[in-house]
Amino acid sequence: MRLLVGIALKHLLFRKRQSLVSLLGIVLGVAFFLAIAALMQGSEKDFITRLVDNAPHITMSDEYRTPRKQPVEEVFPRAALELRNVQPLTETRGIRGYEQILSDLHRTPGTRAAAVLTGQALVSYAGRDFSVVLNGMNPEEIKGITTIENYMKQGSIDDLIIDPDGIVIGTELAKRLSLQMGDNITIVASTGQVRTFKILGLFRTGRSDYDERQTYVSLKRVQALLNRPNRANSIIIKLDDPNDAYQVAEQLEERYLYKSVSWQEASEDLLSTLTIRNIIMYTVVSTVLIVAAFGIYNVISTVVMEKHRDIAILKSMGFHGRDVQRIFLGEGLILGLLGCVMGIPLGAAIMAGLMQIRFNPPGASEPVNMPMDWSWPQFAIAAAFAIGAATVASLLPARKAARVKPVDILRGGT
Amino acid sequence: MSEVVIRTEKVTRILSGEVPVTLVRDVDVEIKRSEFVVISGPSGSGKSSLLYLLGLLDTPTSGKIWLMGQDTSSFDEDQLADVRLSKIGFVFQFHFLLPEFSALENVMLPMRRLNKLPESEVEDRARSLLVDLGLEKQLNNLPKQLSGGQSQRVAIARALANDPSIILADEPTGNLDTASSKNVEGILRELSEKHGRAVMVVTHEARLAENADRTIRIVDGRVQA
Ligand SMILES: Nc1ncnc2c1ncn2[C@@H]1O[C@H](COP(=O)(O)OP(=O)(O)O)[C@@H](O)[C@H]1O
Ligand SMILES: [Mg+2]
Repeated sequence: MRLLVGIALKHLLFRKRQSLVSLLGIVLGVAFFLAIAALMQGSEKDFITRLVDNAPHITMSDEYRTPRKQPVEEVFPRAALELRNVQPLTETRGIRGYEQILSDLHRTPGTRAAAVLTGQALVSYAGRDFSVVLNGMNPEEIKGITTIENYMKQGSIDDLIIDPDGIVIGTELAKRLSLQMGDNITIVASTGQVRTFKILGLFRTGRSDYDERQTYVSLKRVQALLNRPNRANSIIIKLDDPNDAYQVAEQLEERYLYKSVSWQEASEDLLSTLTIRNIIMYTVVSTVLIVAAFGIYNVISTVVMEKHRDIAILKSMGFHGRDVQRIFLGEGLILGLLGCVMGIPLGAAIMAGLMQIRFNPPGASEPVNMPMDWSWPQFAIAAAFAIGAATVASLLPARKAARVKPVDILRGGT
Repeated sequence: MSEVVIRTEKVTRILSGEVPVTLVRDVDVEIKRSEFVVISGPSGSGKSSLLYLLGLLDTPTSGKIWLMGQDTSSFDEDQLADVRLSKIGFVFQFHFLLPEFSALENVMLPMRRLNKLPESEVEDRARSLLVDLGLEKQLNNLPKQLSGGQSQRVAIARALANDPSIILADEPTGNLDTASSKNVEGILRELSEKHGRAVMVVTHEARLAENADRTIRIVDGRVQA
């Protein structure tokens, strides 16, 4: 085997220029493959992390996926009956017995849950009105579930525990209304009730829409403002392993009947868009390597063509067809391996360079760095693809070389 | 063990094609240890073709070839290659050295492929073969840095590398000047005399034929009595 590799190396070293050009092709192919794949994967992971971190993993809302069964249907489950003009009971909307569900969830390991009651309201300040969303919640619960605490610029959600008449708003809203910490604002709920709150905290998520519209208030106050005592219209849940969300949501819905949507279900469209994006991306970057593979094919079939006489010599000397095939396959592999050894650092350098770029994504108020996936599978895929392409590219000429019949060459030659 | 190294029985080789070409027809030859046999005949009579058959580079259309008492007709390509590697040494008209390798490495190649000797002995043996042929100064030369006569001697050294029982040479002096020719002829002659190998040389040189134990004359693909 060492002998065959030695011969392969000699062949490559003897045509330095050609070998270098095809090597360059593979090096650039690997580098771009790696950099682009890492960038795409990085942005996808970044995207999913945002999706998973910034939103609850499961949201249970006060709705039913299927209309509730009428009592008669439950008594006669197999009966063919038709009920006309069934009218839903008028009732206070919200999850009934949310406190029971919540305490069940609190007892489940690996699960954090918070009850939320949201409602529309108007902020009145200095003669101006502004529509906002009231998020009624318990500060102790909400911290484990939303990342809002990470975005606090001033004050803390916790301050609402001490002063239940406080409110936490976004910096955009504060700017619009020229509000500051400690200012009092008047909230008019959709029920017409009015209440004054003191600004105890300011957050800034970077999404201007969010920073302008969302506010956090204690649950009890919102329940009172909206006239919905002891109700919550959603329970938001975070799991230690976000990948379990789909199953857990199904179990919860089965148990409590309330519609429970996992983040996977909620972002199904986005996730399938990501899959399509991945397919496109891998097609494009693979093309780069396939072009590079053609370079390898070109060099090796040229070598094989030029080397017909030498192949005849080797075989007449007693080398097997398989040995000859291995020599040329080895040449492809050497190019592929060298391509990886040089292309991966180059790709990593490009990745590091791209990471320096900062840009403003639409809707964000702060520039971010290009997300980059540095995990080993990216490197492994790039390396495997390069070596695979090099092997396939050299296989054809190598097999042709193996089939050379020495007598044919000798007869033609003399 | 039989003294006969190669024996053929009614060996015929026809190239198939639109117009089939008969290269060799009904050849019966036999060559023993220590024999120095010259094959002569007009150009295009089938001398090279016969040599390729004897060297197991080509397979007969009909007839049989025995090598060291073994019928080779049932051998597959790999087995034939193995026999070529260990039992047969070839010298062609054009020396056919591998251009990327030095004289020494060219001679080492068959030994490395056979992989019977440790690497250090392989190099020692290659060196001594080349020194014996007067190439002590050219050991590390690439083929393009060698003269025609020197290249042909490297080719002979390479043919001898695995200590074969038979040497087949196809017009080895065809491209050499008179001095080099004499030198190469002397070496081939010596191989059979001193080392007990069977040597078969295709040549037009009358001088070689005179020194041969036997001359086989081929005309139109047949052995002429
Ligand atoms: N590939 C081929 N196709 C057709 N005819 C061939 C081929 N190779 C050799 N021949 C013919 O076979 C005959 C024998 O050739 P060869 O063995 O090389 O003769 P020699 O070595 O005695 O000059 C010649 O007449 C030659 O023209
Ligand atoms: Mg000839």
